[in-house]
Amino acid sequence: MKIIETDIAIVGAGAAGLSAAAEAARAGAKVMVFDENRLPGGQLFKQIHKFFGSHDHHAGIRGYQIGRDLLSEVRDAGADVRLNTIVYGMQPDKSLGIICDGKSCVVRAEKVIVAAGAKENYMAFPGSTLPGVMGAGAAQTMANVNRVLPGERIVMIGSGNVGLIVSYQLMQAGAEILALVEAAPAIGGYGVHAAKLRRAGVPILVSHTVTRAIGSDKVEAAEIAQVDEHFQPIPGTEQILPADTICLAVGLNPMTELLWMSGCRFTYIGPFGGHVPLHDACLETTVPGLYVAGDITGVEEASSAMEEGRLAGIAAACSLGFIPAAEAEKRMEMIRHRLDTLRSGSFGAVRRQSKEKQLQAMQDYREKEGLAQ
Amino acid sequence: MNGVHYTGIPSEEELKRCPGVPTPERVLRGRIACVECVQEIPCNPCEQLCRFGAISVGEQITSLPQLHEERCTGCGMCVAGCPGLAITLLDGSYSETEATIDFPYEYLPLPAPGDSVEAVGRDGAIVCTGTVLKVTKVPAYAGTAVIRMAIPKEYIHIVRSMKRIKRHE
Amino acid sequence: MRVVDHPILDKLDTSNTVTIYYNDQPITALAGEPIASALINAGIKAFRTTARRGEPRGIFCAIGRCTDCKMTVDGVPNVRTCVCPVRDGMHVTHQEGSGTFEKKESV
Repeated sequence: MKIIETDIAIVGAGAAGLSAAAEAARAGAKVMVFDENRLPGGQLFKQIHKFFGSHDHHAGIRGYQIGRDLLSEVRDAGADVRLNTIVYGMQPDKSLGIICDGKSCVVRAEKVIVAAGAKENYMAFPGSTLPGVMGAGAAQTMANVNRVLPGERIVMIGSGNVGLIVSYQLMQAGAEILALVEAAPAIGGYGVHAAKLRRAGVPILVSHTVTRAIGSDKVEAAEIAQVDEHFQPIPGTEQILPADTICLAVGLNPMTELLWMSGCRFTYIGPFGGHVPLHDACLETTVPGLYVAGDITGVEEASSAMEEGRLAGIAAACSLGFIPAAEAEKRMEMIRHRLDTLRSGSFGAVRRQSKEKQLQAMQDYREKEGLAQ
Repeated sequence: MNGVHYTGIPSEEELKRCPGVPTPERVLRGRIACVECVQEIPCNPCEQLCRFGAISVGEQITSLPQLHEERCTGCGMCVAGCPGLAITLLDGSYSETEATIDFPYEYLPLPAPGDSVEAVGRDGAIVCTGTVLKVTKVPAYAGTAVIRMAIPKEYIHIVRSMKRIKRHE
Repeated sequence: MRVVDHPILDKLDTSNTVTIYYNDQPITALAGEPIASALINAGIKAFRTTARRGEPRGIFCAIGRCTDCKMTVDGVPNVRTCVCPVRDGMHVTHQEGSGTFEKKESV
């Protein structure tokens, strides 16, 4: 069994993983990034809209362009990105089991950063297994990356930013959005995203849910209904929409399988998508030398994933002596400030509180174990 | 329930309170930006893009953008640059009977100057016919086209876009 | 339906094509694209039927995580078609249940 040794191993070549690789490799560490996909960038290249935030957050630049710039940065920094490589396991000593070119290998790294992202949630209802019912991200991948319309008459379930943005992008690709349906009494995502849909004539139906997907071997229609304050469908309010596709934008869930194997501690934070690993202000988990970054630490957005990636990359490189401590702390403080900005305002409040809860849980764990903070 | 958080359409109240929306009198005097950004989200490219300092957001980038009417030249950079496509240019002085609106557009097909199109309001409903005067899609706009459309003057505060044109495969 | 012209993305280069076979029916695919997108472009949405109830399944996540899209490809069952790229002459068949490996001639 081949053993690969490196300074820093990064699992996931998405927004967070690539950002970590760029920082760590530029500092002089030997960095290897592993990703099971045939293309790097994770969800970043599907984002064809202009990002928000400030200049520091690449505001006004389209996601895929940010992705291209990030890839160049990683290449220039000299990190080794191995695609089509699955990381199937992690031992408590942080060694990774990988399959590369059909061969099983073990990777031994001083520091490991897991940036595996999150996956879409499912919502079950009669007919929800029919071809034509898919995640909103799936429809976005098909339209923006594979350049195929997954369907032509789409009903979107969920009004968070994913549901709102993907609906718009599917229209840009040539599909019709028959309706966007949201069970809560208010729209979850940004008003400006919703406003684009309303200007395009898309009905946004709050306090509604999908009750049935109709069809024999694929979706031929969608039944929606109004819901009461307990989110229960109100009989008699059903409507049938002639949809061929139903997209579910009902939240994401961090893909934490490798972290569970490592033995690191978790806490449950609903707004972050479920069980998330404890980590400190340098993104180190309860397993020394194991860091996390991006949606795996809690579902947020690409901008905060990239910031967390940079923070983890700097922290890991500094811990190996590649960056002087004072300089590293100064740069990490700047990143923490930028993260605070992203998590500011009323939309950021829940994310802010969730991150504080997560950091506090880590502090409590260290106190209980008698460890240094 | 009223307001952008419930319907996706800014309410009259939200627009009245919005510091990015110009006064009707100013709109009648000549081309001016109209920044319909009514929610506090961390975002400030509009402030960064304006070369004339006509839009300010400030240190707290969740603050609503403030329009400084006297500084706006109607250049339109903000229209293309706003990630939320929330900015238009309104010109109530175009003619005796017509006004123009410059709005961001990111669909295909694009109309051509001279085309008659269906002008829509914030709810997507057709308000009137619009005449396309200009279509600008330049590299600096990074994929966003800006369309200038003439409409009957009485609809200048209602029309905000045009109905998409059906694609023919 | 192929998205050739897009308001934001570059025009799609459709010149580099390969032919794959779905249940022996030839389908034109773009070189390097995942099998699932070639099939969906050709109007095929139901990729397999489930073992117990024989129900149709197609894509769900489209990024290789959920395995809803699995089909038998060149005799190998349970291939995730949303991430497996097409190859000229590839044979893709509708899969029943967990499928079976095709018996190969001894070498």
